[in-house]
Formats: sequence, structure tokens, C-alpha cells
Amino acid sequence: MSKLTLQTEGETHVVVTRKFAAPPKLVYRAHTEPALIQKWLLGPEGWTMPVCINEARPGGKIRYEWDDGKGNRFYVTGEFVELVPFGRLVHIERMHMPDPTPNNHVETTFAPDGSGTLMTMRMTLPDVTTRTMMLSTGMERGMEARHARLEAFVASSAIA
Amino acid sequence: MLSLDASFAALADPTRRAILARLALGEATVNELVEPFEMTQPAISRHLKVLEGAGLIVRRVDGTRRPCRLAPSAMTEIDQWLGMLRQALAANYNRLDDVLADMKTEN
Repeated sequence: MSKLTLQTEGETHVVVTRKFAAPPKLVYRAHTEPALIQKWLLGPEGWTMPVCINEARPGGKIRYEWDDGKGNRFYVTGEFVELVPFGRLVHIERMHMPDPTPNNHVETTFAPDGSGTLMTMRMTLPDVTTRTMMLSTGMERGMEARHARLEAFVASSAIA
Repeated sequence: MLSLDASFAALADPTRRAILARLALGEATVNELVEPFEMTQPAISRHLKVLEGAGLIVRRVDGTRRPCRLAPSAMTEIDQWLGMLRQALAANYNRLDDVLADMKTEN
């Protein structure tokens, strides 16, 4: 049973929710401190984040660079719009493919939920085509994970 | 039954994904696709042929026009894409659970 929900809303929104067994302060910190972000915001297995810039103040820069160790790199840049410690983050981001995609406006809230946190991330894209492109790009990276698992399966079958 | 490899190969190209995104909004002819994509008609036609070969789009005859639309199976593919994005996000947040557990121990 997954704790994650991912839904499209209207023509331009994507809404993700997830509960965590830690108070909002810790979840917020894990979203704004580079040394912590580099431990989890990695996508499919095998990718690392060698570059992580996260200037957690209004107007502060964001830059995340991922590397799969096989020569594939992928990066996101953005700016913070608004920060309310430890409850709310608003930022703008774009993917570089390498041409930049249209801006994704992201509002992330961290609400107390018992002794834990309910995180709600609401993304707003300029139009339905951009949203479809963004989702399909995320999926493309997901596909790499599928291929990696297949390779691992083939390798383990060869041993057995 | 669709070949999964043919559809993944068809989807690996960003222009073809964008064409699918456009067709998700409704039918379009080659000429209607040429303008927004700033590509030549033969280039668009080649992409459409790959998408059609992968079973992601279907074309019908309407006089001299041959409008394209998404095949029903393409919607299944798009659902699968969503499933994979969900998996990548789930992997991130499962790792975040571990990071948070470590932070609680340190405090």
C-alpha cells in the first residue's frame, strides 16, 4: 500500500501527496538543506546528485544536477519565490533537456499530521501540452529504472 | 497486442511525445501539426509513420484529408508512464523516510 498519491488536476496541475513519520520541521529541512537533499532526491536507482544548490531564501537559486555514472546528465534550475519555515515552500523550476522547458510553478506545504507530516506538492504548468511533456520526461527517467532492473534480472539469471 | 519495445522506441523521441501530447487534445492533420512544431511536412510525416507503426495513433480517411488521433492503446501507454513516474517519486520518498529517521536519531 503506497503512501504516495499523484494526480492531475484540471488541465495544468499535478498534485502529489505523501505522509512522513517526522514533524514538519524535519521534512522542511530535508527539502532545503543540500547535504540532506543529495541523499534522497535521486530518481531511479543508479543516479546521484553531484551538484546541489539550494539557496533557501526568497529569490534564492536552485540547481540540481543528476548523473547516472554512464555519461548521462540531467539538470534542473529554479528560484525560490516564498518560504514560510517550516510549513510552506514556493519555487519555480525548469528542466534542461538541454533546452529549458517552460516554468513549473511548485507550491509545497508541510502540515502537521498526528506526530508526522502531510506533504502536498502542487505543480502548475503553463498549459496542458507542457504538463504532458513534463510527465512523459519523468516517465522516461522511470523507464531507465525499468531497464536497470531488467539488466539486474538477466545478470542474476546468468549466475543462477 | 502492442509491441512494448516498438512503443517505447516511438516514445523515446521528444517530438513524437509532443505530437502525442497535441493529439491528446483532439484530431489533427499533418498540416495542422507542421505549424506548431516548426518542422517540414515530410519530417512530421516520418514521425507520424513511426507512431502509427507502434500502434500509438490511428489515421482515418476524410476526403483528401487523413487526420490522426490517439489510438485507445496510447492512453494505456500514458497510464503506464504515469505509473513509472509514480515509482520514481515513490523511490525518492522512501529514501527520504530513511533520511528523516536518521535526523530524528541525531536530535
